Amino acid sequence: MTLAEIKDLLRCAVLAGEENLGHEVSDVVASDGMSEILAFARSKELMITGLTNIQSIRTADIAGVRAVIYCRGKVPDKRVLDFARDKGIPVLATTMGMFEICGILYAKGLRGVS
Amino acid sequence: MAAELLRESYEIQGRNFDKAGEISSEIKSLLGGLGLDAAAVRRTVIVAFEAEMNVVMYARRGTLTVILTDEDIDLEVRDEGPGIPDVGLAMQEGYSTASDEMREMGFGFGMGLPNMKKNADAFRIETEVGKGTSVLATIRLNSHV
Repeated sequence: MTLAEIKDLLRCAVLAGEENLGHEVSDVVASDGMSEILAFARSKELMITGLTNIQSIRTADIAGVRAVIYCRGKVPDKRVLDFARDKGIPVLATTMGMFEICGILYAKGLRGVS
Repeated sequence: MAAELLRESYEIQGRNFDKAGEISSEIKSLLGGLGLDAAAVRRTVIVAFEAEMNVVMYARRGTLTVILTDEDIDLEVRDEGPGIPDVGLAMQEGYSTASDEMREMGFGFGMGLPNMKKNADAFRIETEVGKGTSVLATIRLNSHV
C-alpha cells in the first residue's frame, strides 16, 4: 500500500512531504514512547504516534522510519515540520485515534515490526 | 589488532532537550557517508541516540566518542552525573526513574539501556554513584542480529 492510499483511508491532512506519497508501506510501528520505535533495528516505513515534538521526527530519522502519521488530531509546530522536510520525512495527521488507525491498517494487510 | 580508521568526539550538554539528538544525527551523517554496512550504522546510531538522551536527561555533561575500525564501530559515552545505584535494575525493561518532563519528550519508559544492549554486539556499563556513568558499546561491521 502506498502512503497516498493510507492518507485517503485514514482521512489524513498532509503537513509535509507531499511529493513522497508514492512510498510503499508494509511495516508499521505505533507508539508514543520513542524507545519503542527505536527498539528494533529493522527499518520501518511508517510510524504512528501522538507525540508531536521535535524528538518524534528525530527518532524517525534515527530509526530509519520513512514517514510519520500523527494521531488524535495532534499537529506539530512549524519548526518540527521544517525539520521533517529537511530530513525528507513525509508527515501526515488524522483525527483518528491510534487504536482505530492500527485496526484499519492491520485489516488492510499491514503488519507491525517486532 | 583492528586498525583505527576514524575517531570523533562530541560534547553533550545535560538538560538541553532542544538539542538532544543532534550529535546522533551528526554521527548518522558521518558514518552514513562511508559506505559501511547499513544495518550496523543504524544500530550504532540507535545506541548513540539512546545514550545521548540519557546524558541529556540525567547528567550535567558528557562526551560521546565514536571510533571506527576495520572490524567494528565503538561508542564510548562518559558522563558527569548521578551514576546508577543498581545497574541490574536499570537494565530491566520497564524500570525507570524518569521525570514527567522526560516522559513528555517520549523518553523515560525504561527501555533506553535495554535497547542499547539489544542493538550492540558488546555492551558494558561502568558507573559510580555521585560521579557518573560510562557506556561502552561495540557494533561489529557486517554482523546481523
